[in-house]
Amino acid sequence: MALPDVKQNATQARLAAMEMPQSGVWAKAAREDAVSRLISMGLPHRRDEYWKFTRPDTLVQPEGPQAALYDTSDEPEMFGAVDRLKIVFVDGVFDAEQSDDLALEGVTIDRLSEAGRADIHWAKDLYGLLEQRGQTPVARPLATLNTAMAGDGLLIHVTGKAPKPLHLIYQHRATTSDAMLHHVIKLEKDAELTLLESGPVAARFNTVLETEIADGATLHHVRKQGRHHECHVATHVFARLGEESSFKSFTLTANGVMTRNEMVIELTGDDAIAHVAGAAMGDGDFHQDDTVFITHDAERCESRQVFKKVLRNGATGVFQGKILVEPGAQKTDGYQISQALLLDGDSQFLAKPELEIYADDVACSHGSTSGAIDEDALFYLRARGVPHGLATDLLTIAFLAEAVDEVEDEILRADILDRLEGWLARRRG
Amino acid sequence: MAALDDSQVKDGVDQQTVEAVRDVSTYKHGWNTDIEMEYAPLGLNEDIVKLISEKNEEPEWMTDWRLAAYRRWLEKKEPDWAMVDYPEINFQEQYYYARPKSMEVKPKSLDEVDPKLLETYEKLGIPLKEQMILAGVEGAEDAPAEGRKVAVDAVFDSVSVGTTFQAELKKAGVIFCSISEAIKEHPELVKKYLGSVVPVSDNFYATLNSAVFSDGSFVYIPPGVRCPMELSTYFRINAENTGQFERTLIIADKGSYVSYLEGCTAPQRDEAQLHAAVVEIIAEEDAEVKYSTVQNWYPGDENGKGGIYNFVTKRADCRGDRSKVMWTQVETGSSVTWKYPSCILRGDDSQGEFYSIAITNNMQQADTGTKMIHLGKNTKSRIVSKGISAGRAQNTYRGLVSMHPKAKNSRNYTQCDSLLIGDKCGAHTVPYIEVKNNSSRVEHEATTSKVDDEQLFYCRARGMDEEEAVALVVNGFCRDVLQALPMEFAMEAQQLVAISLEGSVG
Repeated sequence: MALPDVKQNATQARLAAMEMPQSGVWAKAAREDAVSRLISMGLPHRRDEYWKFTRPDTLVQPEGPQAALYDTSDEPEMFGAVDRLKIVFVDGVFDAEQSDDLALEGVTIDRLSEAGRADIHWAKDLYGLLEQRGQTPVARPLATLNTAMAGDGLLIHVTGKAPKPLHLIYQHRATTSDAMLHHVIKLEKDAELTLLESGPVAARFNTVLETEIADGATLHHVRKQGRHHECHVATHVFARLGEESSFKSFTLTANGVMTRNEMVIELTGDDAIAHVAGAAMGDGDFHQDDTVFITHDAERCESRQVFKKVLRNGATGVFQGKILVEPGAQKTDGYQISQALLLDGDSQFLAKPELEIYADDVACSHGSTSGAIDEDALFYLRARGVPHGLATDLLTIAFLAEAVDEVEDEILRADILDRLEGWLARRRG
Repeated sequence: MAALDDSQVKDGVDQQTVEAVRDVSTYKHGWNTDIEMEYAPLGLNEDIVKLISEKNEEPEWMTDWRLAAYRRWLEKKEPDWAMVDYPEINFQEQYYYARPKSMEVKPKSLDEVDPKLLETYEKLGIPLKEQMILAGVEGAEDAPAEGRKVAVDAVFDSVSVGTTFQAELKKAGVIFCSISEAIKEHPELVKKYLGSVVPVSDNFYATLNSAVFSDGSFVYIPPGVRCPMELSTYFRINAENTGQFERTLIIADKGSYVSYLEGCTAPQRDEAQLHAAVVEIIAEEDAEVKYSTVQNWYPGDENGKGGIYNFVTKRADCRGDRSKVMWTQVETGSSVTWKYPSCILRGDDSQGEFYSIAITNNMQQADTGTKMIHLGKNTKSRIVSKGISAGRAQNTYRGLVSMHPKAKNSRNYTQCDSLLIGDKCGAHTVPYIEVKNNSSRVEHEATTSKVDDEQLFYCRARGMDEEEAVALVVNGFCRDVLQALPMEFAMEAQQLVAISLEGSVG
């Protein structure tokens, strides 16, 4: 079907405003293919089914919006308590000075912008491939745009158990920055990696993370987004899991006028496990969207989605989640919960939790709830002398804790809970 | 049904039993009535719309209304978002009007109706005589002897054949007649309410219906009246290549109550047939309407040949404060179902309920659910949906719960469960939840599972065969919905649940 004019024009305008990076000879074919795919699918429009709750305009338009800088220097460094290898990007540009040496036992790390001198690279077989596989049944054109135009990113090859986590730190210094990063992570059989991401990124930021997790391998992913409220962010994670492999991802979102987190996970090996969770909190013109698709295409796999959002002063939280069970994916165990706590009458929660199931011997369930703080619980605390503000915060943290509990590492979990408390304390003033 | 083929029957099984099972497992209402029909010319254009209007002896305003709808329809696109797949429909290969020759001059009373037509309904278990109809249409020999009264409007292809108990209803002030009659006799009511819940250009099929609807039922319950009996419409598609487009309009004035039943069947044919109905319900202050459907259109054969395309728009407007509408549906027939009975909860403290069992077997596809739109304060809605999929069928629940900013202190509870029988079918859940205030609570739960082995084993250990055991477990699974059905339908529905799943085991 021919693309509607609005889409065609928006796509052409965006592409005209950009230039394809010349680095990465081996990625050239994938980038060119992405451009032609993008032209045929078009950039998202608010009338698209999976954009009905989130207006894509600022993510699509040729000119990126501006975002003011916030002074967060008084806050302790995120994940500071963990021994980790730091890699810093400032407005999407690699900063060698602030970064550690990119050397870690069992892990090789290249940069997309530098790995292009030859036509051979291990990432050639993955770059843009998982993104492309993730385009059906629902198109994710912003990810395709990223494949075509990403300026930099990391190519991480993990062959053993990484001795410490990799921490990608994104810093926002220019109010007009407009960045695209594309990371590829390949975990070989039985390899293990913990990937941390934090920071307010750039005024506009579009990221893709493609990861192939081979049989028996494990990827832990913990990230924190937000704080620079005016940033517009679209993130994409495409994961493909082999037999008995495991992928566990948690995202904390605090503030942000536009955050769209897309996850596309394919369980292709038997007995694989995928857990994704998110805790989000925001107020005012906060808009946060989790769009998660998990496909079960093997037997006895387990998937879990736990998303919690605390919203106030007119904030909007969106959840679109799907568990797709392909024919033959017997003994699937799929679970999905999305909940919103609305702290006042102006905030809204928009959800579309879907199940699509083509196998009979499965147990899949999903739940979604939305409501105000439990008056009885609040009364209980007040009756015991807890002030109203503190009582509300306690209940709010208790509400988010179910999602935070998905983080297995104690130190990381404690760090996240600290951020939650800090956010609430700042709001209480 | 495949499982009952001669070749598969084990030795030693009593032949009589095989025959008996084969008998019930085939679509019971697949026969057709051989009767002389009068058709409008094939296809659809403005002249056909005018012809339908003329046949129904409609006033000019009605003809204009239809023509306006037809022009809107030409600009509309067929919706493609539902999880159903069927060959493109050629709207010019359909007959839009078919009536029995004998109905050319409208009979004044049921005594004048062609006996062949009366026989048809008799055979369907819907006698058009003003007699006591025993509670529990079939298989209810144990029902209390005094019985209950049900008034029936029988629609045969494009026309209403007759409506029973009209005189007695009139005494109570209730108007129950065909919509064609209402347009002539009560134009002020029709003008005021028709299209006020489902606007002419609401969606592709509703717009088509607005242009070409031929008949249907009209109900008006005056203020404070509790309708003295249950009202029922029975739809029968008989003619070939004919679409049925009926329009039902139910108005429950302040403080009134009515329970309305709808049933439908069609003959077994190789060509798919189109059914695009519109039902509008208006509930004023304190009014209560119960609308129950047992949808048993011909589902097509096991290879997906033939069957009815059931594209229906049903919507209730709870306009008045404290009004209440309850939709209950048992969907077992049709090859493709596209149907979302909805409630607009406009009045404060109004309530909407939706109970549904959708069963798909063989090649059937159903995409059905509801919309609960909360606009008024303290509004409540409850959704219980049970989808059962067997054979190579696809069954989708699609629903919307929307809490507007002004719908303070509202509540919704949704539960949709799916059951899969066999590994070739699919069950899907697509709920949309939009909450725009924080004093309201919304809860949504859904599960998908297969028939529990332990429950089956328990039944088998007590001597039931596998099909019986599955039927029992499924009945238990559907219990919440079956209990919401009026007596008349509950028995029939329970049997349907069993019949639709015959042959799906093993």
